[in-house]
Amino acid sequence: MEMSFEEKLQELESIVEKLENGQLSLDESIDLFEKGIKLVRECDANLKNARMKVEKLIEENNELRSEPCELRDTG
Amino acid sequence: MFFEEKGIYTVHEFTQAIKAVLISGNFNDVWIRGEVSNFKNHSSGHRYFTLKDKSSSVQCVMFKWYGQNLRFELEHGMKVLILGDLDVYEQKGQYQLKVRMIRPDGIGELYKAYEQLKNRLEKEGLFSPLHKRPLPAFPEKIGVATSETGAVLHDILTVLNRRYPVSVLFVPTIVQGEYAAQSIVRSIELLNRTDADLMILGRGGGSIEDLWAFNEEIVAQAVYNSRIPVISAIGHETDYTIADFVADKRAPTPSAAAEIAVPEKNELLGRISMYSNRLIQHQRRYITDRTSYVRELKKRVDLHLFRERLVNYMQYLDEIVQRQTQGIQRMIEIKRAMFSAHAGKLDAVSPLATLSRGYSIALKLPGKTLVRSVNDVEKMDEVQIIVNDGKIRCDVKDKEACIWK
Repeated sequence: MEMSFEEKLQELESIVEKLENGQLSLDESIDLFEKGIKLVRECDANLKNARMKVEKLIEENNELRSEPCELRDTG
Repeated sequence: MFFEEKGIYTVHEFTQAIKAVLISGNFNDVWIRGEVSNFKNHSSGHRYFTLKDKSSSVQCVMFKWYGQNLRFELEHGMKVLILGDLDVYEQKGQYQLKVRMIRPDGIGELYKAYEQLKNRLEKEGLFSPLHKRPLPAFPEKIGVATSETGAVLHDILTVLNRRYPVSVLFVPTIVQGEYAAQSIVRSIELLNRTDADLMILGRGGGSIEDLWAFNEEIVAQAVYNSRIPVISAIGHETDYTIADFVADKRAPTPSAAAEIAVPEKNELLGRISMYSNRLIQHQRRYITDRTSYVRELKKRVDLHLFRERLVNYMQYLDEIVQRQTQGIQRMIEIKRAMFSAHAGKLDAVSPLATLSRGYSIALKLPGKTLVRSVNDVEKMDEVQIIVNDGKIRCDVKDKEACIWK
């Protein structure tokens, strides 16, 4: 399962801290660096590609479903 | 008399006349809206108070036979609707209202109910900070329960879209009027059946009557029992409904609710780019450090340096060996000197010296025990005499004790 944005951000934070604080071997450091950069790209893409989706929740016969919400432009 | 022709009233007559005029007017069975002040519940059971508004006031009395059915007690500042008849209190020449019925004015009554419910729910722990659920830092789906019409939904969506676009699950909700409370409860329950991880309960500004549904106990309970954290955004900034007290977080406006609900996208992008910079900077520095370290190591294993060091060590070794040899020789000399000294001392006390001076030593055979006294030997014992240059074997012919000193 893909990590949530929150998990990715936390992971990224901990990688940066580990790199900056830890006495790591070259291999470990390169490994973490690659992971970190990958997370940066993913988080960045997650945010930049995020589009708001609005759905209307409807209950019918005790069943829930949702349909795209037609918004009247009030602004 | 002139004055008598005109007619002169007594005070009482005048008051009576005025009363007659007033009472015959259209001031019976009137409803008046106002605020209670100077309320006095007299021991007689009659209630006296002043009914006032911003610019006027009127004295009121409610006799106890009317007051018996009053369902609440008057309070200073309470807004009420009064049914009464105009009357004149003759002793003071004051007009007053004889009150037959008092109804709390809509708002006043609502405030009373609000305060009562608020106090009770507070005691029951519905507002407890311990019960408040933390809001998710990065919600992925936000439920919004509010009216389908009106600006609230639009405001919320605008802010969400600007700050942090997420999925929004909107539940059309009646937020005013007779069915509002039930509709709000239903919306909360429906959202609790979805995967929304946060909900905003919103309504635009309005009078306390307009917002009333949010002061109903069933709504308070539904908010309290919600599995999903609830942000309330009801009315204007200054309006506090009971739902606001129960909610996990209260926002002053719907837009503010959206701001509380989600982080700021640009701030996050900034944070991510900051992390990215730190990663790259660190890695660059790390690689540089490692490279120069390796260069350093290489320098240390340089052959020339190694040979130089080896020569150093060899020289050092020679030096140590030499120092050790010198040390041992010195030790031998010291020992030798000590030996000569001891030998000299030994010589001084040696019996050989005695022999060389012409003395001899007698030993009894066969045990070679030293003969020190005439008692040490018997006649016919064999004795050996040691002199400076040899030994003489003798037999004891005779012995005699003498005193030499």
